[in-house]
Amino acid sequence: MKFAIIQFPGSNCDQDCLAALNGIPGLQAEYVWHKETTVEGFDAIVLPGGFSYGDYLRCGAIARFSPVMPSVVDQARQGKLVIGVCNGFQILCEIGLLPGALIRNRSLHFVCDMVALRVEVADSQFTHGCAQGTLLRMPVAHGEGCFFADDATLRDLNEHRQVILRYASPDGRVNPAVNPNGSLENIAGICNRGGNVFGLMPHPDRACEARLGSADGAIIFQSMVETIKTARARAA
Amino acid sequence: MKVNVVVTPKAAVLDPQGAAVRDAMQHLGMPEVRSVRIGKYLEIDIDEKAPDLESRLHALCRDLLSNPVIEDYEVQKRGGEN
Repeated sequence: MKFAIIQFPGSNCDQDCLAALNGIPGLQAEYVWHKETTVEGFDAIVLPGGFSYGDYLRCGAIARFSPVMPSVVDQARQGKLVIGVCNGFQILCEIGLLPGALIRNRSLHFVCDMVALRVEVADSQFTHGCAQGTLLRMPVAHGEGCFFADDATLRDLNEHRQVILRYASPDGRVNPAVNPNGSLENIAGICNRGGNVFGLMPHPDRACEARLGSADGAIIFQSMVETIKTARARAA
Repeated sequence: MKVNVVVTPKAAVLDPQGAAVRDAMQHLGMPEVRSVRIGKYLEIDIDEKAPDLESRLHALCRDLLSNPVIEDYEVQKRGGEN
């Protein structure tokens, strides 16, 4: 199974993603430079964290026009799994594969912390290893991670069970005190209506080994592997 | 032709930077200040001989210079500088 990691100028979690993914049995990850015009032939696509194009104008605003992006959109529309972490999430929102936008943290501070995330959807293509309410520990590191969407979009996201992860307290409660960035309704990660495109501000790529403080991030990637295996078995 | 593009956060969007500057202004002797919104200001110099300038500029304002989910924009032609 092969995952593509798109490298933009300014990506800085591409190596974290590569190490994390290659640590998962049966999974092999490869870099794809943003100037490539196709990203076909992979089982999933990863948009890593970082500061693509220096975050100029808005985070992800310029990366969304990279030559590789039309192919990413094309693959996403065909149902391929696409995950965007941190800056990758911002790029997915900018290009319109995910609704809403990520704006400056309410505190105006860059937050760098280990957080607890509550899994809201147990059977999503990215979290079906977890029961609803499971808590995952992963680090966040961002200055623009405050999720915003208008009321209609927010209602839509909730109705269609597209909110996958929310910031929670260590005992699983979702409240403003544990919201690191001011995101609406403590939203940490959402998927598209089709369920195959997922964006999240926390870094599963930095939480795949116990010695890094948590191995919970691997659950996300393993879920992706299981989703792909199931789809293959169904096709066979 | 010289144009300015002014990008501002939509009214419904939280602007913590604006709020912090409002507080600072109030503390520094202007309690009258009710609110501050911070946006972006771009000075653009364009060859006016190009065709469909206005519609292409507006398209890029929507796609690149602003994010319509969170921002509004306004194109202002700079007078007297042609």
